[in-house]
Amino acid sequence: MATGTNDIILEARGLTKEFKGFVAVKEVNLQVRRGTIHALIGPNGAGKSTVFNLLTKFLTPTRGQILYKGRDITRTKPADIALMGLVRSFQISAVFPHLSVLENVRVALQRPLGTSFHFWKSEASLHDLHGRALELIEAVNLTPWANHLAAELPYGRKRALEIATTLALDPEVMLLDEPLAGMGHEDIEGTAALIKRVAADRTVLMVEHNLSVVAHLSDTITVLRRGEILAEGPYEVVSKNPQVMEAYMGTGHA
Amino acid sequence: MSVTSNSTPVALRGSANGAGTVMIAAVLLLLAVAAPFVLYPVFLMKVLCFALFACAFNLLIGFAGLLSFGHAAFFGGAAYITAHVVKVWGWAPEFGLLAAVVVAAGLGLVFGLIAIRRQGIYFAMITLALSQMVFFLALQLPFTHGEDGIQGVPRGTLFGLFDLNQPLTMYYAVLAIFVAGFALIWRTVHSPFGQVLKAIRENEPRAVSLGYRTDRYKLVAFVLSASLAGLAGGTKALVFQLASLTDVTWQMSGEVVLMTLLGGMGTLLGPVVGAGLVVTLESYLASTSLPVPVVIGCIFVVCVLVFRRGIVGEVMNYLGKNRA
Repeated sequence: MATGTNDIILEARGLTKEFKGFVAVKEVNLQVRRGTIHALIGPNGAGKSTVFNLLTKFLTPTRGQILYKGRDITRTKPADIALMGLVRSFQISAVFPHLSVLENVRVALQRPLGTSFHFWKSEASLHDLHGRALELIEAVNLTPWANHLAAELPYGRKRALEIATTLALDPEVMLLDEPLAGMGHEDIEGTAALIKRVAADRTVLMVEHNLSVVAHLSDTITVLRRGEILAEGPYEVVSKNPQVMEAYMGTGHA
Repeated sequence: MSVTSNSTPVALRGSANGAGTVMIAAVLLLLAVAAPFVLYPVFLMKVLCFALFACAFNLLIGFAGLLSFGHAAFFGGAAYITAHVVKVWGWAPEFGLLAAVVVAAGLGLVFGLIAIRRQGIYFAMITLALSQMVFFLALQLPFTHGEDGIQGVPRGTLFGLFDLNQPLTMYYAVLAIFVAGFALIWRTVHSPFGQVLKAIRENEPRAVSLGYRTDRYKLVAFVLSASLAGLAGGTKALVFQLASLTDVTWQMSGEVVLMTLLGGMGTLLGPVVGAGLVVTLESYLASTSLPVPVVIGCIFVVCVLVFRRGIVGEVMNYLGKNRA
């Protein structure tokens, strides 16, 4: 395990989200330890996507607090938390379809140059970034695709490109929204291995539907049901929890 | 599998056929220089003014994904500014155009700050509503002379050197303005800023998650587009020596959408082709008994149904398929 396992990097306190009287997320307390892979799972409608969108600031909580490295980020704008090292992915693969694979990664790399508003500068000023971009593309085995449009990639490769783009920001915390959803068995293994690899020197919080998929991938699993935390702990503990077994029995996803 | 080494930059789409682009640009420029000896210069200048207007509009919809339905406010509003400062205040034409660009940029900033908070149809409707306010001002303010417009605008002498009353001199001045405006758009599209803009067009939430405050980028694009539309409008006022209500109506906002879609939005040359086609049809049909809006409407419907990418878009798609 990575160093400083007891160090909490991302924390939610009493997180609550109400939509017109309907409570989607209720008093969720979540602690993500630095350097771990933390999975947030639950059946459909359990509120995991809502929790995820709250943590990434795409939704504003009704009540509660979010802390990142001890700093309150409850009211911070979504673009700004990315600059603080908290970068998310999306459930539907989030690539820029009509940019090439290389350009997709380069967009993420170019911001630190500080020229992103320079409409009078040549695109050639970005060519220095190609080396780093190609390294990232190589890391997710997309090298042969580097000059293809992202739209031309098969689904699993799009997810890989998305991870490469996220990695380009060198985030301390990667938040992955159902990274394995909709993938065939081959892709699942490859992508799971990739997540494991990139998690070596950073923290990963992922949302998944399936308990079995995250079993050997995560250090900690939090199970949500009807907007509340049902159980939390390593797979061995969580999977034997009678309430979890019951919750999953009905949906047949255990 | 060997990785391309860092020293040889990977050729990107678009820049891969750079030599071809330069060739096409050179041929087009030569044609434009020779054109007034074959065609009527005023007609050509009208095409160039609308082409610049459509290119400015296309920068917004084609590269930032924003559909403005109020661009007539910048085009027509700027025409009034140029006409007024040149005719009433006696400014030189270059300062008349500068004033047009500055006012259009200011208007663009106000429109942008209000409209950019909303997306899609709401964005379009807010820009339409704001441009209707500009239309109302153009109708009511004393300096615009209401229904008459500002007539008999003097063309003057550009930089104190070029007498714009000579049709050929005027034509080459308009061509130079168009080329400068087009070059700025080309540069913007192929700049670090253009890359972010395209990313926002393609997937805005993802651009946000990568740390880009997308509203600011959209606002810069909006102001750029408005400024260039203003440059086109100011130039048109000098060419026709007239600023009138026609250029501020919502129909004008619609016409620029039509030109851009016909030619192919998101392509650099599409709006130029679209503007040329619409202006040609309008002036050709004007001498026949056919109702102009009906004919252009039919062409538009056929275009949207049969080739949705627009003329240039379809041609590029065809060439792209053949290359692959």
